Amino acid sequence: MFNTYDPGDFYDELFVSRGVPRPEAELLVKRISNISIDELMLRQQMAQNMLFKLGVTFNVYSDNQGTERIFPFDVVPRVVPSDEWRWLERGLKQRIEALNCFLDDIYNDQKIIQDGIISREVIESATGFLEPCVGLKPPKGIWCHITGTDLVRDRNGNWYVLEDNLRCPSGVSYVLENRRVMKGAFPALFEALNINPVDAYPSQLLASLLHLAPDGVPEPQVVLLSPGIYNSAYFEHSFLAQQMGIELVEGRDLVVADGYLQMKTTKGLQRVDVIYRRIDDDFLDPLTFRADSLLGVPGLMGVYRQGRVAIANAPGTGVADDKMIYSYVPDMVRYYLDEEQIIPNVPTYLCENSQQQDYVLGHLDELVVKATNASGGYGMLVGPHASAPERDAFADQIKANPRGYIAQPTLCLSRVPALINSEFQGCHVDLRPFILNGEDIYVNPGGLTRVALRKGSLVVNSSQGGGSKDTWVVAAAN
Amino acid sequence: MLSRVANSIYWINRYVERAENVSRFVEVNLHLLLDAPVGTMQQWEPLVVTTGDQKIFQDRYGEATAENVLKFLTFDSDYPNSIRSCVKAARENARSVREIISSEMWEQLNEFYLRVEDAAKSTDITNLYAFYPEVKTASHLFAGVMDATMSHNEGWHFGRLGRFLERADKTARILDVKYFILLPSAAAVGSPLDNLQWIALLRSASAYEMYRKCEHMLNPRGVVDFLVLHPEFPRSIRCCILQAEQSLHKISGTPGGSWRLSSERRLGKLRSHLEYITLEEIFETGLHEFLDGLQDDLNHVGSAITENFFGLPVPA
Repeated sequence: MFNTYDPGDFYDELFVSRGVPRPEAELLVKRISNISIDELMLRQQMAQNMLFKLGVTFNVYSDNQGTERIFPFDVVPRVVPSDEWRWLERGLKQRIEALNCFLDDIYNDQKIIQDGIISREVIESATGFLEPCVGLKPPKGIWCHITGTDLVRDRNGNWYVLEDNLRCPSGVSYVLENRRVMKGAFPALFEALNINPVDAYPSQLLASLLHLAPDGVPEPQVVLLSPGIYNSAYFEHSFLAQQMGIELVEGRDLVVADGYLQMKTTKGLQRVDVIYRRIDDDFLDPLTFRADSLLGVPGLMGVYRQGRVAIANAPGTGVADDKMIYSYVPDMVRYYLDEEQIIPNVPTYLCENSQQQDYVLGHLDELVVKATNASGGYGMLVGPHASAPERDAFADQIKANPRGYIAQPTLCLSRVPALINSEFQGCHVDLRPFILNGEDIYVNPGGLTRVALRKGSLVVNSSQGGGSKDTWVVAAAN
Repeated sequence: MLSRVANSIYWINRYVERAENVSRFVEVNLHLLLDAPVGTMQQWEPLVVTTGDQKIFQDRYGEATAENVLKFLTFDSDYPNSIRSCVKAARENARSVREIISSEMWEQLNEFYLRVEDAAKSTDITNLYAFYPEVKTASHLFAGVMDATMSHNEGWHFGRLGRFLERADKTARILDVKYFILLPSAAAVGSPLDNLQWIALLRSASAYEMYRKCEHMLNPRGVVDFLVLHPEFPRSIRCCILQAEQSLHKISGTPGGSWRLSSERRLGKLRSHLEYITLEEIFETGLHEFLDGLQDDLNHVGSAITENFFGLPVPA
């Protein structure tokens, strides 16, 4: 059991050192220790079966049969003490507020450019910066309604923001379903511990969407726009639509008619007032963006510009996902809010800067290099784990396209024990809390803890052997 | 409700019903063969003919041997009307409307799909004797689960509409199988073999016992009367049309006995045709010709439904 578990030379989220749990995890560790390992394995299996039966699955892109898999689930929860959570929550709200100011500014007055904080080139060279969005005034001034911010901790337990996801972050359905499964598997723990509930998310999400409806519409029609059943996150789209009681639509269900966005129903066309879109900016409207897109609705942007439909997140928000723009968030916080950033960024080297590029090229074996416009673990080099030819190839790519890459020190991510083959092994984790920006900013307590179940791996993405854990925000035991 | 969603629910039910009926008319042939005197030529061609897809079959398989026909109709994933393709299509449709149908419906259909995929791996034809009844049961289960767990709302009525239209069409085809089998030996009418064939046919429509309760003698007139014109037997064509029409009117809100949409007019016309036609008239036309005309009418009803509800004309 836990007495043989060695937290090792890492920051362990449950243990201070071997056999000594953190105060907020003390009761959890005690309770788990009272359950036999066979019983735990059984409950883990039960939980997995339940997820499969519920159909909590993602699709595998490479497989044209549309095969669904479940995201592996580990029963040992990750615990965040509530005082630390309050600090994180403040930090996330601050970040979202600053990013929203930034988006509104760069697509309108561009003061931050005029005041010399960020250069025009940096912004306009970001692939997520969309010229057609210049001058947009989204309803209530909100651009990023739903954000998933990836957080990590280093060897000393310091928190960092690793990246922002402002386009259509996914994963929240796992937060809700993991919790449901954990309650079924360990009801006694929930009685004993004061765990912050997460179930309010769908209601909060619906409220923030309704908040955007054009004035004077008595019963606004809110829809979730999905690319359809072959999308890897289709389960989540279907799940959220069901939980909120809204229509799940695809582009082919929608049409612009009489100057409004309408959906095709068995009783004729019906007006749509708010879209929660789960397709990327580029695909939203073939008349404005990618002409070959079949997923979007021709003419949607025209209706949007006239304020006759609201879109969450607003088109154009993807510019803030750019990893070079990310490095400017501390400046944005200072510039727009006159505050210092609460949760720091990971130190970032910009390959575009020739001095920094020299440093990066000289230290490729220590750094993580990331493509500025990619996410989901794609387009990435983990220096210490890469071979010399891989590093050389990346060096060439950096030199050919310096704007396309940034580098960061390889963080030694914190770990949480996971139940693997009847024993506990320390596995690296990250955390993606979900933040809603509506009438107020709401942060769902906890978030999605992704765990690298492959031994020693630092990559937590589902496509690369990652799994997930329930995340508990709990008050420390008195 | 969204046209796409209504369309999906309609097709989920059509596909499930289609899979069930393919297994019904394969089964009737299997049983006929078991009863046939040793040395009789096996007849598999008629089965392919009744599907209306003999061109596809000939191109891909050539000779209508038992194995070829069974493979084609049961597990051929490239033939869109095989049991396997139907169940897969039903499930794909269900996946796209999971938030609308009940989770029990989804689970049942998913299990059905997994079972068929599993059976498709087996290469032993003798396993099929047990497989076809399973398909029937799974289809009944699906209809029952839908009835008991989904609100009887607009979507439910679209499902029901699809199921009954499909069933009406397939009952007509099952009757046609017998017609084709009889063709080469018209002299055999009334023979013991003929009697056995009618029994097998009724059984394949789960109609034998119910038939016996209202007709004592087994003869073509009685069977046609029962399977085409009976107002209460749930697989008779007239009964299917009646129920489909009820659902159509629930969906549109148009009072019964009148019409506003082209689908209502076509279906109402077909219903009254079946209410007033006599057996004599059917045999005067010729059974096969009559059934053929009926299938055409049903196809027109289907296109009218698509036009009225699923393929909305969009103002420019």
